[in-house]
Amino acid sequence: MWIYEKKLQYPVRVSTCNPRLAKYLIEQYGGADGELAAALRYLNQRYTLPPKVIGLLNDIGTEELAHLEMIATMVYKLTKDATPEQLKEAGLEPHYVDHERALFYHNAAGNPFTATYIQAKGDPITDLYEDIAAEEKARATYQWIINMSDDPDLNDGLRFLREREIIHAQRFREAVEILKEERSQKKIF
Amino acid sequence: MFTTRKQYEPYISPFDPCPPIRVKTYVTAPNLYVGFQPPNLPQFPLREALMKGTLWQVFYDPYYSPYETKTKGDGS
Ligand SMILES: [Fe+2]
Repeated sequence: MWIYEKKLQYPVRVSTCNPRLAKYLIEQYGGADGELAAALRYLNQRYTLPPKVIGLLNDIGTEELAHLEMIATMVYKLTKDATPEQLKEAGLEPHYVDHERALFYHNAAGNPFTATYIQAKGDPITDLYEDIAAEEKARATYQWIINMSDDPDLNDGLRFLREREIIHAQRFREAVEILKEERSQKKIF
Repeated sequence: MFTTRKQYEPYISPFDPCPPIRVKTYVTAPNLYVGFQPPNLPQFPLREALMKGTLWQVFYDPYYSPYETKTKGDGS
């Protein structure tokens, strides 16, 4: 089970009403390398991994839900007071006719979220390598969104999220090292 | 020590339609270099760590857009 803290992991600030940025950010909400995909991937894979690394996937999967919430807050702030005209200018009219200003799990191109974005192979090394790749892809996505964004406050939050992806990838790499370790050689870390 | 930005110069054709980007940059994050984290690495003060996204100085590698003023994105 989870315990919910009614606050964000990192404060989300947005300086301008810019629905176009919401269109980019939705990639990290319902896209293939987004936070939803990450959370679902790790929280599902954890059941069938060796006990030594289950806790890691539990922790990171949980943190991804906190990231999802930050992205949702960003998207919400960027669109909540935008006029239909502004949403149209941002290319969000297909979203508007289907969802008005509600959030939805789809990517920047409008493709709905699908479980085919994630995998659980049941082979520990395979799953952890997928997880490392997922973190690096999320890191890269944040870079490209930062490049496209001219909102310094928003970029500050995105930089925090990107830094967390670096740490997650580091921990998954360490998990591989743990599983690689030979039984006989006791390595001191 | 290691650097977290690498550069290369792509081939430039005399017939390229856009003004060429002569130097391309990509990120090589600290997690590629550290291996299993050794003990007793330097930490940030706790408040600072909460804002930076990591407790560990070695893993802190912020990214700025090359189109923003501060550059740690591409370039430096
Ligand atoms: Fe992550």
